Amino acid sequence: MTHAGALPAWAALLTAFLVLLGAGLTLLGAIGTLRFGSFFERVHAPTLGTSWGTVAIVLASIVRFSALGSRPVANELLIGVFITVTTPVTLMLLARAALYRDRAEGKQGVPARSILRPPRGRNQQGESGGGQ
Amino acid sequence: MTAIILLWSVTAAQIMLVAAMGCYTYRLIRGPRAQDRVLCLDAIYVSAMLLVLTVGIRAGSPIYFEAALIIAVLGFASSVALAKFLMRGEVIE
Repeated sequence: MTHAGALPAWAALLTAFLVLLGAGLTLLGAIGTLRFGSFFERVHAPTLGTSWGTVAIVLASIVRFSALGSRPVANELLIGVFITVTTPVTLMLLARAALYRDRAEGKQGVPARSILRPPRGRNQQGESGGGQ
Repeated sequence: MTAIILLWSVTAAQIMLVAAMGCYTYRLIRGPRAQDRVLCLDAIYVSAMLLVLTVGIRAGSPIYFEAALIIAVLGFASSVALAKFLMRGEVIE
């Protein structure tokens, strides 16, 4: 490991703790993905790795490079913000696609389309046009 | 002493991340349906990004940060494209 001797003790210990925390949470999420039974339970498990797993490893990287250099380095915040913003988008799209596929197959145990709040957009216009 | 602690904890973290990628790969192969596979592909992208970050921490070089950023962006784009494909049957309408 290069420059590791130049790292202060508190920075090395903090980096070690944060790296272990992040990797442990990611592994926990992966085991959850293996053990959960249905897709809608499984979709929650990897978010352990994408929330605090990513944040902890990004913080470890920030601490490490800030302690090595003379000025604080915050480039890695970009990764943290990007993962935090994009993961919910991906998982919501994926969950809606899974719900759509389950409904299209007529699977049991899937929540039905809400009667109180009919879907807006293209489908409703098509239906109301056909009804009239 | 602290350098040895840091080296060993980074090594343990890399082993844990590889084990996580192994779990996701098992679910990717075994997964009963297509959405499980897309979910695991997204999670594998994130784990690989974290693995590259830990390699950067170990090497003390800031170059790995840019590789991790590119992996994050590509993972998001590919997962959204695959989810859109599962939803509609085509990616760009």
